[in-house]
Amino acid sequence: MKNIWLIYRKELRSYFTSPIAYVIMTLYAVIFGIFFYSAVKYFQQISMQAQMMGRSFPMNINEMIIRPVLMNTCVIGLFLIPMICMRLFAEEKRSGTIELLMTSPVRDIEIILGKWLAAVALYAITLALSAVNFTFLFTYGKPDWKPILIGYLGLMLQGCALLAIGTFFSTLTRNQIIAGVSSFCVFLCLWILGWFTEFDSTPVTKVLGYLSVVTHLEPFTKGLLDVKEVVYFLSAIFLGLFLTARSMESLRWRA
Amino acid sequence: MIKVEGLTKRYGRTVAVNDISFEVEKGQVVGFLGPNGAGKTTTMRVLTCFLPPTAGTASVAGYDVLEQPLEVKRRIGYLPETPPLYPEMEVAEYLTFVGRLKGVPRSDIARRVDEVEGLCAIGDMRDKLISKLSKGYRQRVGLAQAIIHNPDVLILDEPTAGLDPKQIIETRELIKDLAKAGAHTIILSTHILPEVEQTCERVIIINKGQVVATDTVENLTHRLRGSESVAIEVESRDGKLDSAAAQRRLEQVAGVSRVVLKQSTDERAAFEVESLQKAAIRGDLARAVVESGWNLNELRSLSLSLEEIFLELTGPPPMPSEASK
Repeated sequence: MKNIWLIYRKELRSYFTSPIAYVIMTLYAVIFGIFFYSAVKYFQQISMQAQMMGRSFPMNINEMIIRPVLMNTCVIGLFLIPMICMRLFAEEKRSGTIELLMTSPVRDIEIILGKWLAAVALYAITLALSAVNFTFLFTYGKPDWKPILIGYLGLMLQGCALLAIGTFFSTLTRNQIIAGVSSFCVFLCLWILGWFTEFDSTPVTKVLGYLSVVTHLEPFTKGLLDVKEVVYFLSAIFLGLFLTARSMESLRWRA
Repeated sequence: MIKVEGLTKRYGRTVAVNDISFEVEKGQVVGFLGPNGAGKTTTMRVLTCFLPPTAGTASVAGYDVLEQPLEVKRRIGYLPETPPLYPEMEVAEYLTFVGRLKGVPRSDIARRVDEVEGLCAIGDMRDKLISKLSKGYRQRVGLAQAIIHNPDVLILDEPTAGLDPKQIIETRELIKDLAKAGAHTIILSTHILPEVEQTCERVIIINKGQVVATDTVENLTHRLRGSESVAIEVESRDGKLDSAAAQRRLEQVAGVSRVVLKQSTDERAAFEVESLQKAAIRGDLARAVVESGWNLNELRSLSLSLEEIFLELTGPPPMPSEASK
């Protein structure tokens, strides 16, 4: 436990002593801001139209703004998460500091959890920054806050799962770019797998569709907390961390 | 303290270390000597539990590297070839991190960091970023990192590589100081021979993954040197020296087996004289020169250096004729 905390602190510090954390947080905030702005703009337009046509049914902020923005946000995650976790092991392997960690009286799993949790923490901070946008909705309207919370829980679970998989790719190579690009490609595949279900519904496409991250995120953005989806993300996290542990073990035998 | 038996390590088809065995007693300083690529680093990596052996066993303080790696790692301080440093950390911060990771309790860590900073003379750098340090200071921070938890066994992979002469001397002094305290068993690898002569009690010479010799430095010298060789320089008093006559005179001295003319000018000549087995010839040589009316400029015993031992053990010298073809 102490070792996880030590490595977690060291990793988090190195995110913030290098430009990585600030670049990621800034880019995330900018892109999120653009998504948010366009959603609000669109909402404003159609409410004007509705009023002019004499229909005055109350527009749903949750339905019209929050849900599409949260769905779009998962795409930003797709691009930024590889950048968060690609350095975790690749950098240590390149600089030789992995030798320090692996010859210290520390279990492999403690190293992995420490590093992964630091990446999760950075992702959580970045995500929290985006929540600032939603506070404006509360000043001018009356959105329901519970679906927002559940939406964020979904984004967080998705982030944790992708970070675990990205951490695994980082152990495979000493080159950060290779780690980043390969995890990005895998994330992209996990994203577009959902498209198959739109063409036909054979058992194969159903399975592929089930693997898609987006399919499982969607209920969360609607404010639905479904055990099935939570289990999907938790098992993805477990799989990612398990592969990382196996890969680290093989590192000793291969190196 | 350290026991290695039949250790073999293969990387795919290449055999890096082939069936080596040795033992190191507590408190000893052992030099691991060998040309580049001989298997020194691999052996050290096995001992530090970084790599598992392909075959054979290795144990530190009675703990097997495969069975109880955590116990082994607790007792080992390791300085790899490139010091494992985080450039974005400050020196004191880095040492604190490593110390805590190696199991130094929170209450002791500040004191330990101060101590190793004093030992390695990096106290004035403690608040600097590691990325700003020179190579010599990095090496010293690496050494400080290895001793922070006061380990029983210290494994240093080429601790003086890349340092300037002054830093090399300082590092050697530091290693000697650590050895003198007696609490540490030290293995250091190097391909610089005088380093071993100066710092180590025992040498393990390794070549192409195999141990070719293991003994104390003196014993190795004795074992390989049956006869004594002496460098001698003779000068005439009147400015004219017949070097052939001088050579003949030296050859007549009892116990001399061979005299080789190394260099001669009109008034002086330098020879290398070899004795028969176990014969003491220096006194007789001096007397012979002086009695013949010449000046004795120099008389020096040539001891077989570790370099020669090393070359003798690690194979024949390269053939110059083949290279020129």
